[in-house]
Amino acid sequence: MTKKDALFQYCLRLGDDAVVLGHRLAELCSRGPFLEEDLALTNIALDLTGQAQLFFLYAAELDNKGQSADDLVYRRPERQFYNHLLCEQPNTDFGYTIVRQFLFSAYHCFLLEDLCTSQDEHLADISKKALKESRYHLSHATDWMVRLGQGTKESKQRAQQALDALWMYTGELFEMDDIDLQLLEANVAADLHTIRNMWQQEIAQTLKRAGLQQPEDNFMQTGSRKGVHTEHLGHLLAEMQSLVRAYPEAAW
Amino acid sequence: MPVDLFTEKIDQNKSIEPRDPMPDDYRYHLIRQISQHAHSEVIGMQPEGNWITRAPSLRSKMILLAKIQDEGGHGLYLYSAAETLGISREEMIEQLQTGKARYSNIFNYPALTWADIGAIGWLVDGAAIVNQVMLQRTSYGPYARAMVRICKEESFHQRQGYEIMAKMAAGTPEQHEMAQDALNRWWAPALMMFGPPDAESLHSKKAFQWKIKRESNDALRQKFIDKTVQQTEVIGLKIPDPGLRFNEETGHYETSPLNWDEFYRVINGNGPCNRQRIEHHKKVHAEGQWVREAAAAYAEKLRTGVLEQ
Amino acid sequence: MDTQLDLWEVFVQSKSGQPFKHAGSVHASDKQMALQNARDVYTRRGETSGLWVVRAVDIVAADLEDSEMLFDPSNEKIYRHPTFYEVPEGAKNI
Repeated sequence: MTKKDALFQYCLRLGDDAVVLGHRLAELCSRGPFLEEDLALTNIALDLTGQAQLFFLYAAELDNKGQSADDLVYRRPERQFYNHLLCEQPNTDFGYTIVRQFLFSAYHCFLLEDLCTSQDEHLADISKKALKESRYHLSHATDWMVRLGQGTKESKQRAQQALDALWMYTGELFEMDDIDLQLLEANVAADLHTIRNMWQQEIAQTLKRAGLQQPEDNFMQTGSRKGVHTEHLGHLLAEMQSLVRAYPEAAW
Repeated sequence: MPVDLFTEKIDQNKSIEPRDPMPDDYRYHLIRQISQHAHSEVIGMQPEGNWITRAPSLRSKMILLAKIQDEGGHGLYLYSAAETLGISREEMIEQLQTGKARYSNIFNYPALTWADIGAIGWLVDGAAIVNQVMLQRTSYGPYARAMVRICKEESFHQRQGYEIMAKMAAGTPEQHEMAQDALNRWWAPALMMFGPPDAESLHSKKAFQWKIKRESNDALRQKFIDKTVQQTEVIGLKIPDPGLRFNEETGHYETSPLNWDEFYRVINGNGPCNRQRIEHHKKVHAEGQWVREAAAAYAEKLRTGVLEQ
Repeated sequence: MDTQLDLWEVFVQSKSGQPFKHAGSVHASDKQMALQNARDVYTRRGETSGLWVVRAVDIVAADLEDSEMLFDPSNEKIYRHPTFYEVPEGAKNI
């Protein structure tokens, strides 16, 4: 694979994470536990969708086949989406929403931090902008982890349940395939093994403050690097792409 | 004695502030009006929210999200303004959910196609802005200040909707048809947003006296009609009113009478989405209960020193 | 249990060096949340360099009925304003 092809693929992954998780959060608009938090979740959705747009614009440029950033989002089939399975998991309740955000944002911050020094300048620039936003996402999610963990019996139990259910999707965050290795060698991509250690410390520290139990690293789900997803993604895409697919000739 | 201070301030066009003396009627009138305004912003998030997950481009999705988020923010500013009058947000939410407080009737209509997102921004926000510009000069300080902020932020909302309509009107035949269909469905409800004709308006008289309201329903409606007709022509759509004509003498457009029976039927609960909107609100509020309890319990633990911040 | 959370007043500084201006209020259970909510509600359009939150119950306001006593006396002290003074013709930079 040429370096350019590898980078294209790498950008798709980064964009897919952002667009899919952003979509999940956008679903919560007018559904927050109170108005202020409704706005907070929408802000995160906006940040992630904006990040996705930057990654897809870059991907479209690298691809250079006349596809726009929107084409990549709205006309690509499910089996060619490469977001992590964690990002597509449904909102379920506020506990799941926060735990998913916390697990992802911790990973995202370390990843973006690393990519700020990527040899690929454009990727580094996007990462610098995104990092500021994702740091806020992490801080917001961390505070809520502690509130839920130390709040009431019910909130603690709900947060723990979400953590137990979502944990099996965290192993995949640190998988590296040929694309990662090729780009890592060129100092373009991030080293996920190093990031994993930092992530584990960050998670453990917050869970301790929150009084939540870290689940065992037993079975971990995998598949997104090959475009194999949970059943949830198909529904998300069916909805997201519906208008563009129903009127393929139209411009919006 | 204290009420005299109030009258003096009103006469001098000075704003009334939360801790100023004010007649009970003024207070109740404001609570009713501001909370209704706040509820409208919050319930108004639903019809547009119905399209967020189907917005056809990243750009349109972000714009729509930002707009709906603004509406939540505006609801919040208005709840805060009402709270300065001595009612809690919890009480206002209860009044909304039990039907004691109302919200703008327009949101009882469904958003059926993407063109409806255009029509809502262009017509519904457009009508709201006409009303809100007037309210920037309303006599109650916190309400007026909230309106100033809201007007500033909403300036992009109407353009967002108009842009969608213009694009669709100039798009494929199917898109054009959707745009015209949306205009057909939203036109009359948008005109009714200004409230019943002046002759029938229940709350107007005192609201004028107290300088809460500064222009009449019909005058505001006329302003909106005059500017919207021109905008419609520019994008090649048609106002769905065979009686529409320009009166050279007055310099205003004249329209056919509106169907106020439908207005009262919908406002009294029998519109397409009344139940759905309130059920949505109740469900979300109930689902958020454990979260709010957790936050309150955590804060209590911080306060009592059980936990360190 | 009351779950509408405490009321906080929000003050925003739009540029470094400028005074903080009252922007509005938010509900929040703790300081962290109050700051975050204030940020998400009142700084959505950029141009912010500082943010304060304070519990609404901690704000003390002057009574309107006292305003004559409190504020009118200072209207009399015109010597506090530079225009009160006569400057000889021709003097510069004063």
